[in-house]
Amino acid sequence: MRTKAFNPPCLLPHSALKGLKGGLPAWIALIAWVGLGSGAVHADRLAGAALAQQGGPGMTACVACHGARGEGQAAAGFPRLAGQPKAYLLKQLQEFANGTRKNPQMEPIARALSAQQRGDVADHYASLPGWKAGAKAAASSPQSLAGSSLATRGNWNKEIPACFACHGPDGAGILPHFPALSGQPSAYTRAQLKAWQAGTRSNDPQGLMKAVADRMTDAEIDAVSLYLEHPSFSGRRE
Amino acid sequence: MPNWFSKWLENQKHTRAFHPSWILLVVATTIIIAGIVWIPAALVSKAEYDRLPSAALPASEKTSAPTGEIPAAVEQPGFPAPTGPKTIRVDFSPPDVGDLPSGEFGEAVRLGRNIFNDTQTYARAYVGNGLNCVNCHLDEGRKANSAPLWAAYVMFPAYREKNSRVNSYEDRLTGCFRFSMNGKVPPPGSKELIALMSYSYWLSKGAPVGVELAGRGYPKLAEPQQPPDAARGKKVFEANCAICHGADGQGTQVSGRYAFPPLWGKDSFNAGAGMTQVHNAAAFIRANMPLGQGNTLTEQEAWDVAKYMNSHGRPVDPRLVKS
Ligand code: HEC
Ligand code: HEC
Ligand code: HEC
Ligand code: HEC
Repeated sequence: MRTKAFNPPCLLPHSALKGLKGGLPAWIALIAWVGLGSGAVHADRLAGAALAQQGGPGMTACVACHGARGEGQAAAGFPRLAGQPKAYLLKQLQEFANGTRKNPQMEPIARALSAQQRGDVADHYASLPGWKAGAKAAASSPQSLAGSSLATRGNWNKEIPACFACHGPDGAGILPHFPALSGQPSAYTRAQLKAWQAGTRSNDPQGLMKAVADRMTDAEIDAVSLYLEHPSFSGRRE
Repeated sequence: MPNWFSKWLENQKHTRAFHPSWILLVVATTIIIAGIVWIPAALVSKAEYDRLPSAALPASEKTSAPTGEIPAAVEQPGFPAPTGPKTIRVDFSPPDVGDLPSGEFGEAVRLGRNIFNDTQTYARAYVGNGLNCVNCHLDEGRKANSAPLWAAYVMFPAYREKNSRVNSYEDRLTGCFRFSMNGKVPPPGSKELIALMSYSYWLSKGAPVGVELAGRGYPKLAEPQQPPDAARGKKVFEANCAICHGADGQGTQVSGRYAFPPLWGKDSFNAGAGMTQVHNAAAFIRANMPLGQGNTLTEQEAWDVAKYMNSHGRPVDPRLVKS
């Protein structure tokens, strides 16, 4: 059982944990690690937080577009970053920087970041709390039911697996490669699915996401994008 | 023997004109004449057969049976010529989840569906690994070519070589518990088995009994061109499977449950399971993996990666454990 809550902020090496029963040398190693290593990691994450808040030379602060807590901007279709897997965020920044993923707003920003800064800011956003299901009542329009059905069951008549099979139970993502979808502005989700269809986004590993997007109709894209902005999970298991 | 014949024979013997090769000559002539009549006849009947299904069934009318007797079941046009008179292949689609029945029976169907999709929660006592039935029978046991329940239900009782006897459908379900789920066999008549039977029965509503439905099992692959090779399979695995099933094949967990199931090791199917046979695994993988990209690997890649998967350790075959 490993949940985020139980993870110490800086991952303890497994050997160190095991060694704790092993006596003095292990304790010395642990104290040294906390003193040196963990401090350094914190500093990186703090640098990332500073970058997000203040930006840098020639670089708008991330919060200007991605929201004060990394929650995104629904109206503008700017994506939520908070709680996404670190490896996923870092990969996106690298790919905006090297042009594998195209976007006029993000490409110059990602290029302005050093490799170290990309790691720092990815670490910062990954550490922020992700989307949580709110008290919002479950919508049950035909469209939201269709969206919910795609997300939780897929449409195998067209070989579309459930979105949550790859994006995790409740769409919360699967470390390290699969991003969370839940709580993402619908305009953003819709734009990404269309971008895969048009071939303007093509940075997914093994073409896994393109295979899915290519089989979707416009109506399915609309339904699932709207559903994923405020998903409700009540009817998932009867 | 007619008189004229014995007279003729006698005469022949006398004149020494008879020779045994006469007999040969007669037989050969008979065969040639029979051939002249039979071959065109056979060709004609084959042509008739090939034409039949497609002629009787325009592609757009795939919803009603030609006879009108079997709802939602139709002979599949263009299916390769059957190998025997009993293997008529029929298209079928199971009822929609929206049409789940109500009442006590509906409750059993719902429980069966829950057990199938989330065996870890709903039949915990009978499971000895980290898998759920749905991991190998995709889309809630509905997906064609993923050994769907609706195609299985109508084919039992049947003889199985695995245990050398005629098995009921209930027996067949318990086989997957014992081997694929590395677990315990739910007792006959238990609520778990009744629920799974009810779910399968409901899924196969309207399907003809005892007829091989198109999409049953995992589609068999032709013999591989090169013998399956684990070293080549390792490369296929790293390029296509590791992102989900993990570089070590141990799957990927979210909150203590497998989001991507393990392919070997202690939480996977045991050494007696059907999936340990390379031909079964290759067939499943080729039609269903990578998830959402079925039928994209070459058949040789599927054989190789199946061989690689099954070259690893897993729980022992319970039949080999002395109790
Ligand atoms: C001018 C507005 C703007 C600013 C400032 C901005 N971003 Fe973005 N960002 C965007 C937009 C728009 C997208 C969506 C791109 C697309 O549609 O492909 C995006 C996408 C991203 C993504 C990919 C998200 C995903 O889910 O795939 C990451 C990561 C990201 N931004 C990080 C950052 C960081 C880090 C900063 C600060 C250093 C930053 N952004 C500043 C507008 C901005
Ligand atoms: C077979 C696995 C798989 C399935 C099924 C799948 N996805 Fe994805 N999806 C991916 C991967 C992998 C990525 C990450 C791409 C990358 O690394 O750039 C992704 C990324 C995305 C993104 C971009 C997220 C972001 O923050 O930019 C969206 C939106 C998305 N998927 C929507 C969906 C929807 C909607 C469905 C269901 C209809 C779905 N996916 C089903 C594998 C999958
Ligand atoms: C590790 C993969 C795996 C898991 C998990 C699994 N099965 Fe199976 N199942 C198989 C294989 C392999 C076959 C044989 C398919 C064939 O012969 O074509 C099979 C066959 C079946 C059949 C007969 C199919 C037919 O057409 O004759 C049924 C019914 C079945 N399984 C039910 C279940 C149930 C119920 C569970 C959960 C308790 C389960 N399976 C879990 C791999 C699995
Ligand atoms: C995008 C993620 C993904 C990829 C890539 C992928 N799988 Fe799977 N695999 C799954 C999921 C999810 C399941 C369970 C399906 C379900 O429950 O609906 C599964 C099930 C299986 C199973 C049956 C269950 C078990 O644990 O034995 C096997 C065998 C398997 N995959 C083999 C492979 C092989 C071999 C490859 C590479 C060719 C591969 N998979 C690629 C996601 C993936």
